[in-house]
Amino acid sequence: MKSLANIAGCVDDIMATCGDHPELLVQYLCRIQWRYNCIPPEAIELLAVRLGLPVAHIRGVIGFYAFLHETPRGDFNILISDSITDQMLGSRALLDRLCRQLGVQAGVARADGRVTVDTTSCTGMCDQGPALLVNGFALTRLDVARVDAVAALVEAGTPVQDWPAAFFAVEDNIRRRDRLLNAPRSTDGALRLFLQQGADAMLETIDRSGLRGRGGAGFRTASKWRFCRQAPGGRRYVVCNADEGEPGTFKDRVLLNSFADEVFEGMTLCAGITGAQQGFLYLRGEYRYLLEALESVLARRRSAGLLGRDILGRQGFDFDIAIHMGAGAYVCGEESALIESLEGKRGIPRKRPPFPVTRGLRQQPTVVNNVETLFAATCIARFGADWFRASGTEQSTGTKLLSVSGDCVRPGIYEYPLGVTVGQVIEDCGAEHAQAVQLAGAAGTIIPRDEFDTRISYEDVDTGGAFMVFGPERDLLDMVRNFVHFFAHESCGFCTPCRVGGTLLKNLVDKVYAGRAGEYDLQKIRDICRLMRDTSHCGLGSATPNPVMSTLEKVPSIYRRRLCTSDYEPAFDLEAELEEARRITGRDDSGAHIGRET
Amino acid sequence: MSEANRFSLDGKPVEFQPGDTIMDAALRAGNYIPHLCHNPEFEPHGSCRVCMVAVNGREVSACTWPAAPGLEVESASETIRQQRRSLVQMLFVEGNHLCPACELSGACQLQAVAYYTGMLDPHFTHQFPRRAVDASHPDIAIDFNRCILCELCVRASRDVDNKSVFALSGRGIGSHLIINSPSGRLADSDFAATDKAAQVCPVGAILHKRRAYRVPIGERLYDRQPIDIVGDVAAQDEQNHDG
Repeated sequence: MKSLANIAGCVDDIMATCGDHPELLVQYLCRIQWRYNCIPPEAIELLAVRLGLPVAHIRGVIGFYAFLHETPRGDFNILISDSITDQMLGSRALLDRLCRQLGVQAGVARADGRVTVDTTSCTGMCDQGPALLVNGFALTRLDVARVDAVAALVEAGTPVQDWPAAFFAVEDNIRRRDRLLNAPRSTDGALRLFLQQGADAMLETIDRSGLRGRGGAGFRTASKWRFCRQAPGGRRYVVCNADEGEPGTFKDRVLLNSFADEVFEGMTLCAGITGAQQGFLYLRGEYRYLLEALESVLARRRSAGLLGRDILGRQGFDFDIAIHMGAGAYVCGEESALIESLEGKRGIPRKRPPFPVTRGLRQQPTVVNNVETLFAATCIARFGADWFRASGTEQSTGTKLLSVSGDCVRPGIYEYPLGVTVGQVIEDCGAEHAQAVQLAGAAGTIIPRDEFDTRISYEDVDTGGAFMVFGPERDLLDMVRNFVHFFAHESCGFCTPCRVGGTLLKNLVDKVYAGRAGEYDLQKIRDICRLMRDTSHCGLGSATPNPVMSTLEKVPSIYRRRLCTSDYEPAFDLEAELEEARRITGRDDSGAHIGRET
Repeated sequence: MSEANRFSLDGKPVEFQPGDTIMDAALRAGNYIPHLCHNPEFEPHGSCRVCMVAVNGREVSACTWPAAPGLEVESASETIRQQRRSLVQMLFVEGNHLCPACELSGACQLQAVAYYTGMLDPHFTHQFPRRAVDASHPDIAIDFNRCILCELCVRASRDVDNKSVFALSGRGIGSHLIINSPSGRLADSDFAATDKAAQVCPVGAILHKRRAYRVPIGERLYDRQPIDIVGDVAAQDEQNHDG
């Protein structure tokens, strides 16, 4: 077990590194978790005193995030990605094998405290899965040999930093480049043009480009920047949303790995236009392995005069960026939940209005943009609105990065002009026999084969970029089940329909899957879906029904073929419920079983 | 008052004041919109979703949505009544709400709103969570089985009592109320029966000991009149508990 020595010293160190403010609570907790594999009670008490926060508040924050724990995890905390694409690559069998080899039960730390093996939501390695996180670091391309090697390293107690580097290799897998990924590289081209042209002209360029948010919501980027710029308020903030949690999406991982300068430059450009002086990159916990590299890009930009005071010599152009870690919460990809998390709190989406552009971080005007949006903005600033508009359609200008995974020969990143057909992508990625594509991740919609002429665009079917391919042998109900389990796990729990409805929906889909549902259950599923869609507090709750409703509509057979004939089936299995009574009475005769009486 | 300060609620004009939500204006004008997490003494919360209304055809929570001139607000439609009923049913199956055995029966807002929405059965599958009761405190017991996570006690303790005795932990269906004390038990916190947080629970989760049956079942607030006539239990606390 990890030594719990010197907790006070550790807290002191962390506060010295990160700063000393209650808003940094999640950042402190992440680092304490990294160090001790749990948040020890002494650390909670120390933080409570140092930050002036109630102990229950801190415990509530720990309880919210999947990667923070009050009870110790093993010294080796192994989390296997449970995304549907990882499952399709055999992750569950590998999980079982790893558990068997290590003699652990999934989710329970081994008695000697050496190891915990568990599942986690999509880790964003769908193009090179099955993947896992070991003590927060991504390990890719699991197979039997690699699982056996992992088990041996754990048993030998080899520190993770001494494991073979090849295990942690994360490839970009860029398969198709278009104008954004092909653009000549630069670290400051956009900022230099901004300083020449001025904020108004640059905002006009972004506006004319027609760029819309690449996270999935599709709000016009220039409008967001303008609203923030014009909003009354003192300080302004720019936040880059790198909480890429949508299952099947991994484009931001690639951009942060290989195009971080452009992303940070986009934030700086936004700051120049809106007047923000502070920016944050909110990096999902799963991308912990990128942290040091991103910090060094920031350091390089500071020393090059691209961040800090008087950027590129322009007096009064002050802006800097801090990286905040997420800690395992999909809902923090919702911009107001992300802001709550940045403020050190549970990631509960705020009520809207007001929107972050008028009252965001610290109640000040805040722009929250997706990684790809900021990357595109930098390119637009450099090459102009017309250059960008030359690709795409009228309402959906430019190109979009797609994260292609699942049953295809060439999974990876594909940059296409918006308006590309699903069929074109299918052809390019090598998936000619695909029966369906799930577009836009768990919150998206199913595109069956006969709709492959669908165009990916804001006019037709919108996406944040996830493109999961399902081959002819797949049972799409496995996918639906995976997604409803995911949403139930990721619901923040704030509002009734998502908190309760999400679990009821999950249980009903499981009932269908088990072959124990009737027509009445399908009706109930539809009713819950409608209620969640119409009454949820935020987009997570209202999107949870999407995979269910779209498959019920387009591929109803995946449900129908599993229905039992009766109209109504109770939620419980009466025969199974009698097991406890049989055990107590020691009976196993035919009279102790339903339907076996002779 | 001019047209500029009116919206329409089920076809009837309702006047509002600057800063009002739809709920504020409706309640002031004597129009009941059912609610559980809302209490006019506190900032709007918007979590229970029982106050859903359609504003110009779009469903929003009345307690959080700003009133604006000319809005067409629909609260009495059958669709909305069904939605509210389903939400209340979800709250019933999420916890362990056994009205006949509850000391707050007849003075419980969840039960009263259930009647108001026409709920006759739980409809959804009971989750039967296992939740311990905290009876450690000399004057107050907490039955977590009945907590609906409205956070009124959290807000009252933090914002009025300045004690922050309560917080939420967990997430999703695992969300739960926790107590700010080293042991996690109420007796070890600085909670007092006179705290505002002890007066705001809309259900039978925060219970005053030795007061449960002063008003017999059958003669309680909602036994006499429905909630749309008499309003929130918190507003009439004295009458119910000490009457």
